[in-house]
Amino acid sequence: MNFKLTTAVSALIGAAMATAAIAQTELTVYTAVEAEDLPRYAEKFNEVNPDITVNWVRDSTGVITAKLLAERDNPQADVIWGLAATSLLLLKSEGMLEAYAPAGVEKLNAKFVDKDTPPAWVGMDAWVAAVCVNTVESEKLGLDMPTSWKDLTDPQYEGHVIMPNPNSSGTGFLDVSSWLQMFGEDEGWAYMDALHNNIARYTHSGSKPCKLAASGEIPIGISFAFRGAKSKAEGAPLEIIVPSEGVGWDMEATAIVAGTDALEAAQKLVDFTVTEDAMRMYNVGYAVVAIDGIAEPVEHFPEGLADAMIDNDFEFAANNRARILEEWQKRYDGKSEPK
Amino acid sequence: MPTGPVIKGKLSRDDILMRAGMIVIALYLIVTLVMPLSVMFSKSLSTYRFDLSAFEFQVSDEAGTFDGTVLTGLELNEATGAYKPRDLNTNADGRLGVTGFFPDFSFRSPVEYQIRSIAEDGRYLVGSTLHTGSDWQQLDSNTFRRVSLRPTKSRGISNFVEYFSTPALSNSIKNSLWIAAVSTVITVGLAFWFAYALNRSCMRFKGAFRLIAMMPILVPSLLPGIALVYLFGNQGMLKELLFGASIYGPIGIIIGSVFFTFPHAFIIISTALAISDARLYEAATSLRASRWRTFWTVTIPAARYGLISAAFVVFNLVITDFGLPKVIGGQFNVLAVDIYKQVIGQQNFEMGAVVSVVLVIPAILAFAIDRMVQSKQVSSLSARSVPFQPKPDKKMDRIFLTYCTFVGIFIVGILAVCQFAALVKFWPYDLSLSLKNYQFNRMDGGGWEAYYNSIKLGLLTAVVGTAVVFFGAYLVEKSKGFKTGRAIFQGFAMLPMAIPGMVLGLAYIFFFNNPDNPLNVIYGTMVILVVSTVTHFYTVSHLTAVTALKQMDGEFESVAASLKQPTMKLFARVTVPVCLPAILDISIYLFVNAMTTVSAVVFLYSTDTALASIAVLNMDDAGDIAPAAAMGMMIFYTNAFARIVHLIASKGILGRTQAWRTR
Repeated sequence: MNFKLTTAVSALIGAAMATAAIAQTELTVYTAVEAEDLPRYAEKFNEVNPDITVNWVRDSTGVITAKLLAERDNPQADVIWGLAATSLLLLKSEGMLEAYAPAGVEKLNAKFVDKDTPPAWVGMDAWVAAVCVNTVESEKLGLDMPTSWKDLTDPQYEGHVIMPNPNSSGTGFLDVSSWLQMFGEDEGWAYMDALHNNIARYTHSGSKPCKLAASGEIPIGISFAFRGAKSKAEGAPLEIIVPSEGVGWDMEATAIVAGTDALEAAQKLVDFTVTEDAMRMYNVGYAVVAIDGIAEPVEHFPEGLADAMIDNDFEFAANNRARILEEWQKRYDGKSEPK
Repeated sequence: MPTGPVIKGKLSRDDILMRAGMIVIALYLIVTLVMPLSVMFSKSLSTYRFDLSAFEFQVSDEAGTFDGTVLTGLELNEATGAYKPRDLNTNADGRLGVTGFFPDFSFRSPVEYQIRSIAEDGRYLVGSTLHTGSDWQQLDSNTFRRVSLRPTKSRGISNFVEYFSTPALSNSIKNSLWIAAVSTVITVGLAFWFAYALNRSCMRFKGAFRLIAMMPILVPSLLPGIALVYLFGNQGMLKELLFGASIYGPIGIIIGSVFFTFPHAFIIISTALAISDARLYEAATSLRASRWRTFWTVTIPAARYGLISAAFVVFNLVITDFGLPKVIGGQFNVLAVDIYKQVIGQQNFEMGAVVSVVLVIPAILAFAIDRMVQSKQVSSLSARSVPFQPKPDKKMDRIFLTYCTFVGIFIVGILAVCQFAALVKFWPYDLSLSLKNYQFNRMDGGGWEAYYNSIKLGLLTAVVGTAVVFFGAYLVEKSKGFKTGRAIFQGFAMLPMAIPGMVLGLAYIFFFNNPDNPLNVIYGTMVILVVSTVTHFYTVSHLTAVTALKQMDGEFESVAASLKQPTMKLFARVTVPVCLPAILDISIYLFVNAMTTVSAVVFLYSTDTALASIAVLNMDDAGDIAPAAAMGMMIFYTNAFARIVHLIASKGILGRTQAWRTR
């Protein structure tokens, strides 16, 4: 009896000491990654680092960016894991990111790493623009299958194309900035003028155009490949087109927030985000990841997507963002008049 | 005789206690309303401008040697005219390239450049790296083209100038006023005849119609938008009815607004029509006035205050609503959505504050005019009045029944479409029924957790809000003297009605997210959601409480005082039980609104405190329209259930506490 009690007590003490030994570090991680992927990401990370607890704060890209900017003088986040590189550049230019070269950064495709040494952020996977076309509806309407961006300005598509508003959607801005880079400023705006005539309306979010195409509401949605592949997997009659001129893209990237009080744990997390294991984990949903040669083809993703990605100048996009958005708003947002 | 000193009654302990209580609740309103709004107003005046005189440049010759000439950006700009003064106004995210200052600039040339900021805190970027400090920085041409200047903060009205000179922004004022006006006319017209039928005819099923008319109050304002997409969208069931017009835009906003404002207009007009003096109608009949003439000379004048009040309430609801135009507005910009786009889409908080200030003006005007008109109202019902009793009239009763059936089909139909949409597997290609759309955890928006959070918010708001509001109303209504204090308190209590939810939410970001604010800890928690919801819906609750308290004679307080009973005892033992019906009404009002509100909380929720109404918005935003409809209907059922519980509870409690009313 007495012996039993002693064992119980010592077991308790042992347990208490064990928990104290792996003192849990808590990391507040801001993210815009799809909600359903987060538990999987944290689980994989904890297999390697069981002593670090990840507390996710998730929202859409715009909201998370706004939140981070609002907390500029009093940052709440330790790490950002999975936010658009354009947003991270914005934060970098506010001096909010702690530069850090994670172990194994040299294996990453140079496109996916910030140009500074040490880099302020490192990429995870690419998030590529694409056009979702509803085959049933376009047949009903007798529309040709578009193959390029320029095709979409053809009068036959009038009122049948939908795209996100760059002023509220990261995907929308990605499209606009890629057109300006591919076609040049003047021709790019001329292209958008022509496209505007065919646009049914501009949506607030980037995934909505593809979902609207999937449900046949509007036959052609300018969106991103990931979303199209998902809708196709759910059984939507979709064709995902990679326009022949090339496609804009943004990446999900990782960075440490300057001023974090858990720098060591934060670095461990960023180290993990660029490992091959992590890349395979991103590969479940994303066809293009930061380390070349790892990605397996993802079901329903269009072929040739990685080759079609333009040489995106993120710095151009970030430094001209305010100007481009203002011009866009002037040209296309003010046209709606009450009838 | 010289006037003696003014004699003041000595303040009793009770008086002091009551005044202290009033001050506490007034402080609550100051902290949660007045201060955030003033911070927001000051934010709208906070501008960003490139201060060219704060940067200095040096240019070398081809060999790379500098001759020591230092020019400020201002001098360079004057020489080259690269930027006009208007170009220098910007927002917090503004960046200005500098190569325009050097007409000969080529990124291939061997010329070197130096740049520095004169002040220690001046900011400029090389590429995307931030530089501060006044040290000279030497850059080759190719790097120099990547330099951009960052703006400095100052104060002024340039945000407003920018707003009114950008048609894309200022057009929204016209759009908002226009849809609000049209929706008001239609809703008040529809609601008037509906209320007329229910109060002045002998048609059947009045009880059922009364219930149906109240249904829209139980759902978020954006739900009708979702139903309209299913009805009139490109794949809609009834899209032929629109004859090719698009539901995305003013048509959709107006139809949806009529739906969600209908009950508000109906309640007010119905109250106005409920009591009338039968003698006037007898007089009209004996004067052989036609029915039409009687209607215009007796019915309408008697109901005019109700009509005016309903019109302003509807106008205010429509102009400040955010959910509906976001879902179905298409390219039709309105003020409330503009605030959201500026803040969430562009992180341009200053411009968001400007639009908020612009939106507050019509809202306050509508509210002020309504209050002014209401204060002119005199009782039309005297002690000698004979209550009007409708007489059966087969033909008219049938017409009214048909009319009410149409309105009823419209309301029930919208909700039925949402429920149908929620159950269909993949509209329009796979019409089999499934519960797939209820798997909220697989969608953006917060999942089932959001739904439970909403219920929690509803209950907390109901409990805390009712306590604060009723106690506040009691203090202001029953305390003696202290006239100025009470008047100020009344003013504060009326203010929330005129403040759109979006504006309140944005003001809360500015006020509570400031690290210097000791109340900063509540930011991102359930507390701030409760506080904002209570404040947002303060006015109506306050008015309900005041009306109930006014029915209680002031003698109660005098009797309590003469029996040497503390006021708080009287409050707990007499006032609260007597006013219990009103207290229950306030709590159900707060619960239902907390469940459905979007605008007041859209800027304030965090990952842990996602809400069902926000989930509807976000799922629709992501294109998951069917799950959005499913969540919207969950809110409807929850609210309907709460209403039923409220009904049963009031019956039970009233039986016990209100027995004194019947002899």
